[in-house]
This record gives sequence, C-alpha cells and structure tokens, in this order.
Amino acid sequence: MGTPINFIARPIFGTSSGFRGEVARRRAGPAIVTTVLAIARRVGQRLLSSIPALLGVVIITFVLMRVMPGDPAVFFASGPSAGQAEIEQLRHKMGLDKPIPVQLVRYLEDVATGNLGRSLTTGQPVSNDIRQRLPASLELTFTALFIALLLAVPLGVAAALRPGSPIDHVVRMLCTLGVCVPTFVSGLLLIYVFYYLLGWAPDPTARIDIFAASPPEMTGFYLIDFALTGEWAGWWAAFTQLLLPAFTMALFVLAPLARMTRASMLAVLGSDFIRTAQAMGLGRPRIVVAYALRNALLPVLTITGIVFSTMLGANVLVEKVFSWPGVASYALDALLAADYAPVQAFVLLMATIFVSVNVLIDILYGIADPRVSVE
Amino acid sequence: MSATTRHAVFVLRGNPITALAAAGLTLIILAALFSPWLAPYDPIASDVSHALQPPNAAHWAGTDQLGRDILSRILVATRLDLSIAVSAVSLSFIAGAIVGGFCGYRGGRLDRWVGRIVDVLMAFPLFVLAMALVAAMGNRVENIVIATAIINLPFYTRFARAEVNVRRNSGWVEAARACGEGHLTLVLRFLLPNVLPAMAVQISLNLGWAILNAAGLSFIGLGVTAPTPEWGIMVAEGARFITTGKWWLVGFPGLALMLTVLFFNLLGDGLRDILDPRMRT
Repeated sequence: MGTPINFIARPIFGTSSGFRGEVARRRAGPAIVTTVLAIARRVGQRLLSSIPALLGVVIITFVLMRVMPGDPAVFFASGPSAGQAEIEQLRHKMGLDKPIPVQLVRYLEDVATGNLGRSLTTGQPVSNDIRQRLPASLELTFTALFIALLLAVPLGVAAALRPGSPIDHVVRMLCTLGVCVPTFVSGLLLIYVFYYLLGWAPDPTARIDIFAASPPEMTGFYLIDFALTGEWAGWWAAFTQLLLPAFTMALFVLAPLARMTRASMLAVLGSDFIRTAQAMGLGRPRIVVAYALRNALLPVLTITGIVFSTMLGANVLVEKVFSWPGVASYALDALLAADYAPVQAFVLLMATIFVSVNVLIDILYGIADPRVSVE
Repeated sequence: MSATTRHAVFVLRGNPITALAAAGLTLIILAALFSPWLAPYDPIASDVSHALQPPNAAHWAGTDQLGRDILSRILVATRLDLSIAVSAVSLSFIAGAIVGGFCGYRGGRLDRWVGRIVDVLMAFPLFVLAMALVAAMGNRVENIVIATAIINLPFYTRFARAEVNVRRNSGWVEAARACGEGHLTLVLRFLLPNVLPAMAVQISLNLGWAILNAAGLSFIGLGVTAPTPEWGIMVAEGARFITTGKWWLVGFPGLALMLTVLFFNLLGDGLRDILDPRMRT
C-alpha cells in the first residue's frame, strides 16, 4: 500500500528477465505478504458486501412462497377429505397463523439450518433431493463452461490477430448467430445431427445408459467417480453422454466469451508494451501468449461471471431437452406439479451459487491484477 | 434532408446488413399483422390422415403429429410471440426509465434503496427468476409478460439512472430550472427525451432477448397452453419426434425464432451506429 501505481499500460505478468525482473525478484519476499494480505482483505470485504444481496434473495424467495397459489397446509393434510380442524391444526403447527414477520424469521432460521421443506412429489426432504441431484447439474455446467472457454478464447485470439480477415468475419458471424439460437432448439438439432443422422452420440436421455451401471456414490460427479474407480469404459460412456448437452450449453455462451476475448486482445495488442516486445525482437508466440493473452484475459474473467448466470438459467432448458437428472429438471417437474418447496429451494440455491461465483471471480480478478486490490 | 436522415442513409449504405435486418423485421411484422389471411390452413384444425408429413408442395413446412400445417402455425404464432416481447419490453422500458430517471435526478435515499433492490434482482439468474415469478403469479400469458418485464427492469433502471445522472447539472437543465420548471417537468420533458436515443438501441437488443425468454418459458410448459400456436411450445411438442428424425417439427419454429432474434440484434447494432457514432465498433 502507499506506493504510487503507474497506470501506463504495461504487462501485469512480465517475464522475469532484465532489469525489471531483477527488481521484482529482490522484492518478492515482502511483496507476496502484502499481496496475500490485500487478497484476504478483499475476500472479507466481498463476502461482507454480498450479505445484503443474499438476504434480499432469501426475502424475495420468501415473498414468492407467500404469494404462490395454494395453501401448504391443505397440501400436507392427510387427503382431500381432511377436515377443517385438521387443516387449522396443521396451519398452527407450520406457523402459518403467525404474523408475516415472525414467519419470515422462521423461514430464515429454516434456511440457515438447511431445512428447505419436503417435496410432495418425491416425499423426501428437499435438501436430500437437491444434494443428490446437484452434482449432475454442476458437472454439466462446468463441462460446458470449460468447452466454451476452450473454444472461445482461441477463436477470439485468432480473430484479434488478423482483424478484418476471413477468420475474423467467421468468428463475428458465429458470435452474431450464436446468441440468436435458443438452447432448446440447438440442443434438439444437435441430437438430430449427432444421434439420428450420424449415430455418433448415445441415446440423448439421462446421464448414463439405463442398462449401464452407474459408478459407486462418491463425489456424485460421474467423470470423477469413474476415474477414481478406474472403470474407463464407464467413464467413456458417461463422457459421451455428457458431451452433447454440454456442447449445447457451450454454444449459447460462446458468443459473449469470444467477443470479449477479441475486443480485449485487440486493445492489448495495440498497447505500448507489445510494441516494445516486438521491437526487442521477441518471438511472435511469446508475445501473443505470454504478453498479450495473459493481460487480455482479465475482462474475459469478468464476463465469465455474467455468462455463468446465463448458464444457470440455460440449465433448465438443457436439462429438459436431454432429460438430465439435475436440480433444474427436478425444480421444473415440481413446478409443473404445483409442488413449490423444491422450486423455492432451487431459486435460492441458484441465486446463492451465482452470488458466490461472483465473489470468487472478484477474488480471482484481484489475484490476476494486483492493481485492483491495491487500489 | 435533415442531418440525422443523411447520417442514417450514409450508415445504411455502408452497412447493408442493417437494411436487410430492417427489411426482414418489416416482413415479420407484416406476417404478424396479416397472419390470419396469409396462413394457408387453419392452425388448430387437426387432420390425422396427414400427420407427420415432411415438407412438400401442399405443406411447405410439413405437418405435425396431429396433421396441423406447421407453416400456418408459425405464421399465426408470430403475433403472439411479438406481442409478448413488445409488451414486456415496453413495460420495463417505461417503468425503468421513470424510476431510473428520478433516481438519477434526485440521488439520495431513494436512489440508494432502488439501487439495492436492483442489486438483489441482479443476484438471481434471470431465467430462473422469471420461472419463479410465473410460478408465483400463476401460469398465464399475462404473467409471462410481467415476469419478462421484471427481469428486464434492472437494465433500464440502471441505464436511465446513469444517463440522467450525468446530465442533471448540465447547462440546459440549469436553464430550464432557472425558468421555473418543476422537478417533474425537468425529468419527464427535458432529461428523459435526451436519453431516449441511447435507450432505443437497448430496446432493440432487448426485444430479441425477450422473445427468446418467452419462448423458453413456454418451452418448459409455462404460460401458453397446448393448442395455441406459439414458437416455444411448437418446439416443445416437436421435441419428442427429433430422435426419429422428424426435424421439421423443431427446425421451422426454431428458424422463425432465430431469424426474429437475429434481425432484432442486427437492427440494434445498426441503430447504435446511427444514433450513437461514438460506440461504433
């Protein structure tokens, strides 16, 4: 802290050669401590500042629950023939006869202790159902994000390296088209091409073929569980099953990622330190990857947070198209069956995941660009 | 010819894609207006003897599982899909512009509270929030419109707030204030009209997004119900037949969705070039 920051464009990640590298190496000891402290402070601040948003999320979920049609006491009563007395008793037991603020406090307590109610369709506590199904959704979302980044970053870089070239135009066209095709249409068309026409993909339902054995329950992530037990045939089956839905989701978020990579890469490539590196005769791969790309990835990181939110929404559609047994399809089935406890839990969970991902990205940003946390 | 028109013509000449998008949208809007006369068949009448036919001379886009003509259904659905999107976006535009405008103008406590509410709305994945809102308010088309409007609201509120905030102390506002105009007039007649051009770009980009959103909601079974022709529900009904290779049930409504969204987005990019030359990419 306290050192003046030079905001002239310069590499944040320099290679440690030459005079500046020497200085950096000598300072390395105390600098690391300061950085770690700065990061810790930043993490604390971000966690604190996300509390109001999370509280708001819980309150909105509560309000939604209050206005949702149907009286929960009637649902929980023994049957359609349940008498008025029994319903009243249930209302009392569930606290529905208390004033709204008291109910809100109760709801906050329930959420804090992980009691999210009971699903009427499965008869299980919602938290159990969700714990069972969450790995499927996360495995799908993270694989999709990984695929999207793997495709978008090289595409964006290739476009930025030759602006105005055919490859640039192809990437821009892909970006324009990518955001226009709804996930549920692209998913179905991918099924048509890769399952029906080419026969490359397995039957596009569920996480694994119904006749195949699922892996022993460990993490719930099939790819990890199969890898841990060393059943590579099972791993391959789960992987091919995952590929199509993950690609569907990746296609939808490819556009913003590639567009952002291209824009930020163009900006970095035009800056002074790149010209210096070129003047000093560094090789092109070194300039592009070590100097330009590492510095250009920061805005991509920011947009990844926004993209993640889109993906959590797209999960609902993709899981429906591919009958994927994740939390989104669970909530959707419950919603259509007028079973609201799972829906609330799902909304709350998605918002919490989204808020935490944003905190995480902020922290990563601080680590990647020390100027942010020193500020 | 005024300067704006000349600039628009200049931009359009250099950018034929925007002109193409405008022409395409005009066609889609015409289809929405005249679909009852354009549709070759009754979109709801089923004819099981002609079920699941691939595209042919009599049925250009084929028929669905009940023998209904897909082209007719797509044409008739245009009106519903467009009106859901347009009413949702206008609702959130009007509400967002007014609320954001006053927040940007007044600042202070009101601004902080609205900002906080907007933050909370933004903490939800938006499609999930829309889903929950429809569930809470009841599964009807009007509620799809309201839910879509609510999830769009944060963008307009923030945008209007920021734009009004930078202008609230500019010379011409001071001048109007000195002339004795009230706060209400200042915001509604002086500040907001100046923000409109920039917001028009947002609206065009947003309409495409609203269409995708509404179609997504009806795809998962919310809002529009079965026999009504609507693009999302048509895709949902056709989904069962995709694994047996009946692509036209999904392909054509999907294409209609894609083209509409594409045209709105391209038009938005073009509008940005015309209205706001600084942002040109």
